Amino acid sequence: MITQKPLFYAGLLALIFVLPFLFPAYGVQLAAMWLMIIVAMTWDMTGGQMGYNSLGNIFFYGTGMYVAALVFIGMSHDIGAYTDASGGGSFQFTDAQYFSGVFFGLIAAGLFCAVSAVVIGMLIFGLRGPYFAIGTLAVAIAAGELVSNWDWVGGGQGIALPIYPGDIDVGKKFFYFLFAGLGVTIFIFLKWLYTTRFGAAINAIRDDEEKAEAMGIHTMWYKLTTWAISAFFVGIAGGLSAFQLIHFEPLESAYQTINLGIFMVVCVLLGGKGTLWGPVIGAIAFHLFKEVTWAYLLGWQWVALGGLIVVTVVYFQDGFLGWVKQQKPEWFGVRVDNGSTENAGTAK
Amino acid sequence: MTKIIEVTGVSKSYGGVIANKDISLSVKKGGITGLIGPNGSGKTTLFNSIVGYHPIDGGSIKFENNEISNMQVQEIARLGMLRTFQQTRIYGEMNCVENMLISLPHRKLTWRERFSSNTKVDYERADHLLEFVGLFEKRFLRSGSLSFGQQKLLEFAMALMNEPTVLLLDEPTAGINPTLINGLIDRLKRANTEFGITLFIIEHNMRVIMNMADTIYCLAHGEMLASGTPDEIQNDQNVVDAYLGAH
Repeated sequence: MITQKPLFYAGLLALIFVLPFLFPAYGVQLAAMWLMIIVAMTWDMTGGQMGYNSLGNIFFYGTGMYVAALVFIGMSHDIGAYTDASGGGSFQFTDAQYFSGVFFGLIAAGLFCAVSAVVIGMLIFGLRGPYFAIGTLAVAIAAGELVSNWDWVGGGQGIALPIYPGDIDVGKKFFYFLFAGLGVTIFIFLKWLYTTRFGAAINAIRDDEEKAEAMGIHTMWYKLTTWAISAFFVGIAGGLSAFQLIHFEPLESAYQTINLGIFMVVCVLLGGKGTLWGPVIGAIAFHLFKEVTWAYLLGWQWVALGGLIVVTVVYFQDGFLGWVKQQKPEWFGVRVDNGSTENAGTAK
Repeated sequence: MTKIIEVTGVSKSYGGVIANKDISLSVKKGGITGLIGPNGSGKTTLFNSIVGYHPIDGGSIKFENNEISNMQVQEIARLGMLRTFQQTRIYGEMNCVENMLISLPHRKLTWRERFSSNTKVDYERADHLLEFVGLFEKRFLRSGSLSFGQQKLLEFAMALMNEPTVLLLDEPTAGINPTLINGLIDRLKRANTEFGITLFIIEHNMRVIMNMADTIYCLAHGEMLASGTPDEIQNDQNVVDAYLGAH
């Protein structure tokens, strides 16, 4: 098993690399699948590993879009004049301006979202359970409404960005590899993080926060840090989406609470909360399901999606990996009492 | 011996119910202090007040001569004063070793150490303490699958892992199989003598508390009824009456 593992990961990396070349027509779809994987993995950091179900992570996605776009524009032009022209006018970006704008836009998006997570977190991490979920949702909805009434950032029309300078197919691969790179980075980061004391501490908060407090764990620090890291990655993903979509507007594409905001939760529920692979598997399965129903069951796609959610929540509460874990606990290193330790605890 | 906890004139009421009224007591450093009293006499409320679980209505609580009555649970825990719960609280989804490792004294971890993996020394300490409470064979089992008594032992071991100076134990022997109780008394005493941890124990089992404590306080109806050595308490007519219902 140990010798197979590096081989498995190497094969996976190779697959990730060749996918856009194997299916050149699906470049945008594959990038969208990576987006789903990214938002699912980052949602699971708080929702699965820490027990805080946020419905507002879409806030970081939307905010990431806006921050990235504004930094991108602001580095070369006057933002107010640019948004006034609504994508028209003669605003040119040289290649150097484009790529440096994308680079710094993404960094700024990540950092801004991480800081927002800390600020919002300090206000609402006192809420628990469903109250936290509703509180975060309210933040996302409010942000969408505020931004759509703010003319300087394009108001309800949103922002139009320049297209990738160069060949359109190269552009598709450019964004695919940025999304894939981000996804792989997050996966490796989480794989490491969940083995550290940090990972154990957020699991403790999930299992019994009051006990964790009574044991002197810095619960607030862990909660804020976890959400900030999560927001950092979602912000970058949002920024990437902004450059990929070219045009986005506040309610339907940036702060899309009922679409991506819910999808990320469904992905994790499907795959299995609180596991490393669950969100990844769930996101891929969900994305395929969504694409298939959107293509072949048009008109009924939302019904099919609702049906999927109901079946998952009623019959597979622990998701796919949770179900496998129940069947084969030994695969996950869980040991079951075999009776040989009956006398444990008695005085020696 | 110096006083490590000093409670002076503490009162606490829930709505109209007075749970603690003008309670004063002190816990000697390095000793074992007992707190007894009939059900509903306010023992757990007093514990909760001491560890910062809720604000108190009046009075003062000092830990190592510092006022702590305005501090929060985590802050007090980080001073080195820990409590265990009457209804055992462990992380049920984790196995025993994981429960132990997460109980490392986080107050002593630097920012970088929080992002590190547990060291070999941590694992050895966890194993050692699990052996100390007699759960070594069960260490890889999901802690939620252990019996109630074993979970209590695990919670005790977790508290020791945290290297506290003072440990407040809320009914450590309640719900424990009588054959385990002797072993537990022995371990509590050893925690006190070998690890130098000051113990403050709520206990209903008179045989247990009379055996261990050097000083005992008795509460009844939220008020301090009596205090003294185990011998004095056993011969106090008020205490006997309180337990038999004459009070």
